[in-house]
Amino acid sequence: MSSFVLRGVSVLGGAPTDLFIRDGVISSEAPDAEIIDAAGLVALPGLVDLHTHLREPGREDAETVETGSRAAALGGYTAVFAMANTSPVADTAGVVEQVWRLGREAGLVDVQPIGAVTVGLAGKQLAELGAMATSAAGVRIFSDDGFCVADPRLMRRALEYVKAFDGIIAQHAEEPRLTEGAQMHEGEVSTRLGLTGWPAVAEEAIIARDVLLAEHVGSRLHVCHVSTAGSVEVLRQAKARGVRVTAEVTPHHLLLTDELAASYDPVFKVNPPLRTASDVHALREALIEGVIDVVATDHAPHAVEDKECEWAYARPGMVGLETALPVVLSVLGERWELIADRMSRTPAKIAGLTGHGTDLAVGSPANLTLVDPSARRVVDPAELASRSRNTPYAGTTLPGRIVATFLRGVPTVLDGKAVK
Amino acid sequence: MIKHLRSAADLDAATATLILDTAGEMAALAGREVKKLPTLRGRTVVNLFYEDSTRTRISFEAAAKRLSADVINFSAKGSSVSKGESLKDTALTLQAMGADAVVIRHPASGAPHRLAQWVDGSVVNAGDGTHEHPTQALLDAYTMRSRLGKLDGLNVAIVGDVLHSRVARSNLLLLTTLGASVTLVGPPTLIPLDVAAALSPSAKVSYDLDSVLPDMDVVMMLRVQTERMQDSYFPSAREYSRRYGLDLARMRKMPEHAIVMHPGPMNRGMEITPEVADSSRSTIVEQVANGVSARMAVLYLLLGGKA
Repeated sequence: MSSFVLRGVSVLGGAPTDLFIRDGVISSEAPDAEIIDAAGLVALPGLVDLHTHLREPGREDAETVETGSRAAALGGYTAVFAMANTSPVADTAGVVEQVWRLGREAGLVDVQPIGAVTVGLAGKQLAELGAMATSAAGVRIFSDDGFCVADPRLMRRALEYVKAFDGIIAQHAEEPRLTEGAQMHEGEVSTRLGLTGWPAVAEEAIIARDVLLAEHVGSRLHVCHVSTAGSVEVLRQAKARGVRVTAEVTPHHLLLTDELAASYDPVFKVNPPLRTASDVHALREALIEGVIDVVATDHAPHAVEDKECEWAYARPGMVGLETALPVVLSVLGERWELIADRMSRTPAKIAGLTGHGTDLAVGSPANLTLVDPSARRVVDPAELASRSRNTPYAGTTLPGRIVATFLRGVPTVLDGKAVK
Repeated sequence: MIKHLRSAADLDAATATLILDTAGEMAALAGREVKKLPTLRGRTVVNLFYEDSTRTRISFEAAAKRLSADVINFSAKGSSVSKGESLKDTALTLQAMGADAVVIRHPASGAPHRLAQWVDGSVVNAGDGTHEHPTQALLDAYTMRSRLGKLDGLNVAIVGDVLHSRVARSNLLLLTTLGASVTLVGPPTLIPLDVAAALSPSAKVSYDLDSVLPDMDVVMMLRVQTERMQDSYFPSAREYSRRYGLDLARMRKMPEHAIVMHPGPMNRGMEITPEVADSSRSTIVEQVANGVSARMAVLYLLLGGKA
């Protein structure tokens, strides 16, 4: 295994130093190492995404485990959690093992499958959660993402059941009866555009219910893609009471607002929908404060024909792996400790993922990424490594360029390009 | 002149007034023996209809033909998400055929905006989902002006299912632009929460039809679909018409000069009684006639015709 010296690198914004990588770990020395000039570059622990859609099996025209892994590595990630809403659904040990194996074969990031909570995401009957937990994939996070586990009794059972193997339920918080036919955030803009509204309360009501359920049964709850100021308040109160709840926010909900729907271009259609500027403000504050624990991409690739159509007929979702860190940098600035915490350490901790999100200390696995914070990049959809092009940032200038990523000491990205 | 008419918000007061004035000239033509102008000879207008709407389609067809345009009717109706030809592919086809204007009726809000991104010609919104129907607003404004002599300062009530009504949205925008004062009336379930902030800061909202009628110059009744009942927007058709339907007793509360409008098709006995619909205050048939003149004016001006 080759060795590297990252010469003059700034670890989390600290003074320039040399970082040695040897035998897959951070080392105190590395004789005969390949020298990488890392002057001006910032080293972060490899990013960990708790919410990625890799689309394989089923929609390989939109993304595969391999293309999604490459996009992730280029975005500075060393581990991604693949959502279960594939076709077939990842609701059995067989499917999660398949996804896990495809991830290993691609070898660009650690692909950790998320298992479905209910069979076929249908919200009727628990999937074999234990079988997925004990499979080779070692599933710990379960989610029906794309759908809410709306039945309160089923949600209670799921929260309880996974305690046996330290699992966690990641809820897509959306009261389905309040969002029938919903197309965008319910508010002034939806009224103007004549698009059916997705009211904030549909998210907040489920989070409020679920934190009470989690409190009642003493289980862990993770809330996916929090999008409203009201949800932040519910989470703040729950955390103050000691409820074991964690939450994520997407980069797009930290930056974009519902006004973008005015073009009727479905590249801005996403679920939960883009909200208002005051929601964006509250989400940023909550992320800084820690009421929201992590940034997760909700990377959702879609084929061209699923976006190049009328708004109402388009699928919701945006790709995000390759732009997540630049977006977060533009929102938070160069607060490297905070970024490392919200995008690497805490997500790894929530998922119980050892070997990721660790400090770049001697002996730690060399999972890290190098960022050039002075670079600026105009997002060009054609340049994305993802198989899909549905980025809402086309033409936007974002700060930061991911120069290199290492997975257990092996470079997956060098000079801003994927190694394989 | 603007290129597309996708929303009533595309029209400023000057442009809207020009369209109404032009519609007046077009209406004068209807009284002549030969009802045709040569203005759009050699130009192609496509009526692209994804929804059944015979009245709107024939209104546009008559308008284009009276301007001597070649008219192609393209009925693309099918289930909304049926995997037929995509809107984009249809747009490219129309583009290749050299359509100078595409009149589109579509069940999805914003479809005209998407279409305008894919064709070079003018796009006229003939009703998109629950968004807008700007030519309806123009013909309504034209009708009000013809009957009442002005628009500025008029008090207009729009009554019914504002939430799902493209007619209400376009009327609210256009009437505000032209100086009228609009009051939206209906059960709270059918009035969008942020409607004034979204569309017209001067708009008023009332849940009590009886209290607003004495101050109105125009009462515009919207079609209420009985399906809304299943969705619990209101408890029953009977209760709806008792609270928000326009009958003779209510019509008598309106000032003497005030008119009753309805974009059609009506649910007689639901939002409006037959006695009111057929009364001399009702402009419902006039609205249909004015529709052709207003649409002639729109096509004429968008396509840059010269008299």
